[in-house]
This record gives sequence, structure tokens and C-alpha cells, in this order.
Amino acid sequence: MSEKLTEEMLTALPDSRGHFGAFGGRFVSETLMDSLMTLEREYLRLKKDPEFQATFDQDLADYVGRPSPLYFAERLTRETGGAQIWLKREDLNHTGAHKVNNTIGQALLASFLGKKRIIAETGAGQHGVATATVCARLGLECHVFMGAEDVQRQSLNVYRMKLLGAEVHSVESGSRTLKDAMNEAMRDWVTNVDDTFYIIGTVAGPHPYPLLVRDFQAVIGRETRRQSLEKTGKLPDALVACVGGGSNAIGMFYPFLTDESVQLYGVEAGGHGIGTGEHAAPLCAGRPGVLHGNRTYLMEDEHGQIAGTHSVSAGLDYPGVGPEHSWLKDIGRANYVSVTDDEALEAFRMLTLVEGIMPALESAHAVAYAVKLAATMDKDQMIVINLSGRGDKDIHTIAQLDGIEL
Amino acid sequence: MSRIEGVLQTLRSQGRKALIPFITAGDPHPDETVGLMHTMVDAGVDIIELGVPFSDPMADGPVIQLASERALKQGTTLRRVLAMVSEFRQSNDTTPVVLMGYLNPIEAMGYEAFADAAIEAGVDGVLTVDLPPEEADKVAPLFAQRGLDPIFLLAPTTTDERIRAISGHSSGYVYYVSFNGVTGAARINVEEVAARVAHIHELTALPVGVGFGIRDAETAAAVGQVSDGVIVGSVLVDTIARNQADIEALKLALTDLLNPMREALDSLAS
Ligand SMILES: Cc1ncc(COP(=O)(O)O)c(C=O)c1O
Repeated sequence: MSEKLTEEMLTALPDSRGHFGAFGGRFVSETLMDSLMTLEREYLRLKKDPEFQATFDQDLADYVGRPSPLYFAERLTRETGGAQIWLKREDLNHTGAHKVNNTIGQALLASFLGKKRIIAETGAGQHGVATATVCARLGLECHVFMGAEDVQRQSLNVYRMKLLGAEVHSVESGSRTLKDAMNEAMRDWVTNVDDTFYIIGTVAGPHPYPLLVRDFQAVIGRETRRQSLEKTGKLPDALVACVGGGSNAIGMFYPFLTDESVQLYGVEAGGHGIGTGEHAAPLCAGRPGVLHGNRTYLMEDEHGQIAGTHSVSAGLDYPGVGPEHSWLKDIGRANYVSVTDDEALEAFRMLTLVEGIMPALESAHAVAYAVKLAATMDKDQMIVINLSGRGDKDIHTIAQLDGIEL
Repeated sequence: MSRIEGVLQTLRSQGRKALIPFITAGDPHPDETVGLMHTMVDAGVDIIELGVPFSDPMADGPVIQLASERALKQGTTLRRVLAMVSEFRQSNDTTPVVLMGYLNPIEAMGYEAFADAAIEAGVDGVLTVDLPPEEADKVAPLFAQRGLDPIFLLAPTTTDERIRAISGHSSGYVYYVSFNGVTGAARINVEEVAARVAHIHELTALPVGVGFGIRDAETAAAVGQVSDGVIVGSVLVDTIARNQADIEALKLALTDLLNPMREALDSLAS
């Protein structure tokens, strides 16, 4: 790492235009600018408002079930034969993933702004379910945009959203996955900007979304820090989280950024392998560009057209990544690596058999890398995996790969 | 004076309004675009907006999304679009050409390389939908210095403060988006547009072009009455889609669409 990060440096980011170094910003059509500036102003005010924060904390406790446990995976550790492996159990949250931390926060913002119509994009469907859930609770109209391919591979979550009263819009354009769902959500937003709040599901999008989603997810890292000190008397040596847009990873990393002894590993979707070009790993194999309102690492061709992506995990199947990760990569604070579909599937089975915990295929990417990493570390060292979600939604995918019809 | 300013000043002095078509470059095929541009000039257009296709056209409705897909499938790239403008310039050095699109293809080419190549090709202005002036603090001056007019959007949601600031970054004209929505929607409310454009005219001396939702001679005339020009996009792109198999029929269809608009706009001249 070139220079030590300090609290002052961190609180100065993003800057007033939403930049994390060369990344981030606000690249949207003019129609949305006023709404984004209002959102930024209101969020910065509410961030300091004790009543807003108290309501948020209360909801996380009573509705989501926080704090989520920090669990010592003893058998996995023994099988691996290296560092102690701990799991931050975001899979135990209401709705089954970390996504709900953010939707609680943004729905609260929407209420403060008086918006009654909510839109969201979703890949794996976890963010869609978490959005539909908070909308049901608050009596808000909910529209979820989902790529047609994801509608198929995550059909369970589609039905959950419908049961929760949301309207699910299947998106047929482009590659029919998460990026196209986001395009369509932006189109809806530009059309209905007067009465609609867009709940973005990850730390991407135009400023102030990367900032506010990170703040809402940072509860993961704050709890982990405290629990780690309580349970082991020290900070972890390494944190491992999967990176789609990057919200569970930044939520885990952010409260540890100035703790130099803590190594950070973001695990991207290696798909069929980085060498094949069929993956979703912009930080490992992309270059900076502009998409969905921010400048960040992207998968694109030489002409600046966004490339198709592949991952067995719908939630990681995205050609971009949150701008703060791009910055953390460039300053060398976090390491970004990838694991393949096959490695993630193997890790899914391993965690299920060894610990009785079925991870989401997204989270299984983090498990796969952590197991490799742990084997290279000492027995008195400690790794925390952010187990961002549970695997129920992926049973169909796994069964299909096993040739079993459910 | 830029080619765009020249054309708009002449029109203004004649009490006439600019007819500005938008088509996606490379649709239905890169080899046809220059011919379509000449056809539109023959039909009386004043400035041509040439869409640079992008894989993720977030501000566009289905008609222009599909046009971008067709153009990309035929191998259209930003460099190829610049080559089309060069070819167009071989027999036309009076009709201004504005490239309209998204930022990433320009970013991928490199801003300086793009600006140099665009001027070399005979491009006059650049409108990048997802680049508000806040993010254009280096790009807009670079374009202006090379002689490209940076053109920015104004929307129904734009505050007065922003209208002033955006106009300050623009040259050539400003593009008023007539409603909140994507291209191709049919939501235009002419009275609302008239009131907004009159207000914009109080805040900037730049000519105001109005686009989104103009589909025929009637809407063109109604909007032309209150603005300096009308931008017609989706209805032309839709015509291209429906006639892509027969280029001669396509040229006739475009002419049949543009002629009545031209007449309607000119009948406004006092
Ligand atoms: C369980 C789970 N983990 C991770 C992700 C990836 O998103 P992010 O990188 O924003 O955490 C998703 C997205 O759907 C998810 O459902």
C-alpha cells in the first residue's frame, strides 16, 4: 500500500461531487440531476439526524434480527487446516441476505422524502425480495425490474416478490441480466421521477447511492469488529467477501479500512475462468469506464461497448462494480481476486456438508477463496467470511446441474 | 463562428425554424448512413444529429434501443461513425453534424484523440446524454477549444440556477427535453413546453432546440412556434426499422415524413 489511510482521508470521501479518487461521480441524463441533488442534500442531513438513525437501528434490530452472529466454523477450519474461519451470518437476516440492511435504510429515506412509488433492479432476486418486503411493511407501491434470464434461474424469488405484492417486470433487452434490469429501472425513473424513489441494490449508480448504500451496509463491518474483539480479543487478519456490485463487501470492509493489519479480499465471479473471457470480474480483468451513473472498472470491448458477462451466480453477473472498490483497488488497500463457477459450486457443497450451512452461490465465491487463503495462513490467524446470503434460492440451479428435476 | 451558429443565425434572421433529424449511425447498415443523411438534407433539414450506438442506451425507449442493437450488430463503432461524417463532408460542407450518444465510447477512444478525429472528420457538435456539465469540466473546454460545440440537455426538472450554468457551458444550441421520460414516448404537452421554452429564452441567449415526442408536422409546427428548432428522432428511426430491407423505399418514406414538417415549420415564418 502506497500511503496509510487515515480517518480524515476517509471522511473526505466521496468528495462533494461523489468522487472516490478518479472514480464515482454522477453521469446521468439531466432529467435526474435535480432528484439526485435533493436526495444527496436530504441524506446528508438525515445522516446526522438522531431520530432517523434511531429508527434505522431499531428496524435493524427488531425487523431484520441484528446483530447477526459471528460464528466460528470449527469443522471447516479443521478440514482446511490453516487459519480459523469465522462466518458473519448475514444469511440469517430476515429475507435471507445482507440486502435488507440497505432497503430498510432507503425505504426510510423514501418515506422522509414523501415518495410513495418504489422501483428497484434485481439480479439474484435478493434485493428485489428485500425491497418488496419493506414496501409491504410500509404500504408502498413496488416495481422490480429483473432480466428475463434471471427471472428463469431465480424463479423462487420472483414468486416471493409477487407474494409480497410487488410487480415484477421481466426485462428482455440486451443481455437480459442485471445490467439490463438496471437500464430499465433508470428508464422508469426518468419517466416517473416526480413520484418515484429508486432503491438501488448495491454500491453502484450515481452519487449519492454508493455513499448511502455503503453507510447502510457498514453495520456488517461495525458488528464484526466488535464481535471479533469480544470473542477473540483481536481483530481478524483477513476479511473475505464476494463482489457483485460490491455492497456486502464494502459493508464489511469499510469499518476496517484504517486497520492496516487487516487484509481485505474481494472475490469476483470468475465464471468459466478469466482466460475464457466468460466471467464477471471487472476489477480483475476490466478497465475504467462510465456506466450506470459512475466511473468505475468495467468489462467492455475496445470500442467502449459493455461486454456480456457470465456467472453461475445471478447476483454477481454484472459488468461493473461500485466506484469505492475501484478506488480501493487502485490505492492498493484491498485485493481483488476471482474464483470460477466450479470452485464456487464446490464450496457450496463443502459448507453445506461440513457446517450444515447452505450459502447463496454469491457467498459461496467468498467461501471458496477463503478456504484457499486459510490453508496458506497460520493456525492462530483468523479469517472472517461475509456470508452474505443463504442458498435456498439457488437449490433449483444446483439441482439442475445435478440433473435432478424438482 | 461555428457551422452550427452560422446556420441557426441565418434561420433566425429569416424568421425560420431549424428542422433537426436524429438517426442512429449504422442503422440499418453502416454503408447506408451517408446516403440517408443526403436524403434528409434534400428533404430540407438544417442540422443532422447522428446517434452513436451504445450497448446500454439508458435514456432511450425501445425504438432507439433496437436501432442501436442493429447498428452494433453491423459492426458500427465510433471510429466508423467518424468515417461516415468524413464521407458525408466530401459532398456537403454546409449542413452541421452533431454526434449524440453516451460517454463510454468516447472515453474508450480517449477525449483528445476523439476531439481531434471529430474535427478532422467534419463533426460540429457533441451531445453526450449521460455527461452533465458537472462532470464535463475538462471535456467541454477541450471540445470547445478544438472547435466542437458542446451541447447539453435541459429538462423539465432543471432549476433556473442550472439552466444558467448549463447554458454557460454550451455553445451552438441547448437541447430542451420536452418531458420526463425516454425517447419515443408520446407524452409531449405543447402548452407546457411553450411555457418552459419561453422561460429558458429569458435565461439564455442561445438558440433552444426541442426534442422528444415530435412525431409529425402538427407537433413540429406547434413546438416550432415557441422554439428555435425541433429535433425529430424516434419516428424517423422507426421508419428506418420498418423499411430496412428496401433502401430506396426507406429514402422515400423519410422524405415523405420530413417534407410536411419542413412545410409546416416554414409556414410559421412571418
Ligand atoms: C446473497 C448475495 N450476496 C451478494 C450479492 C452481490 O451483491 P453485492 O456485491 O452488492 O453484495 C447478492 C446480489 O444479489 C446476493 O444476493
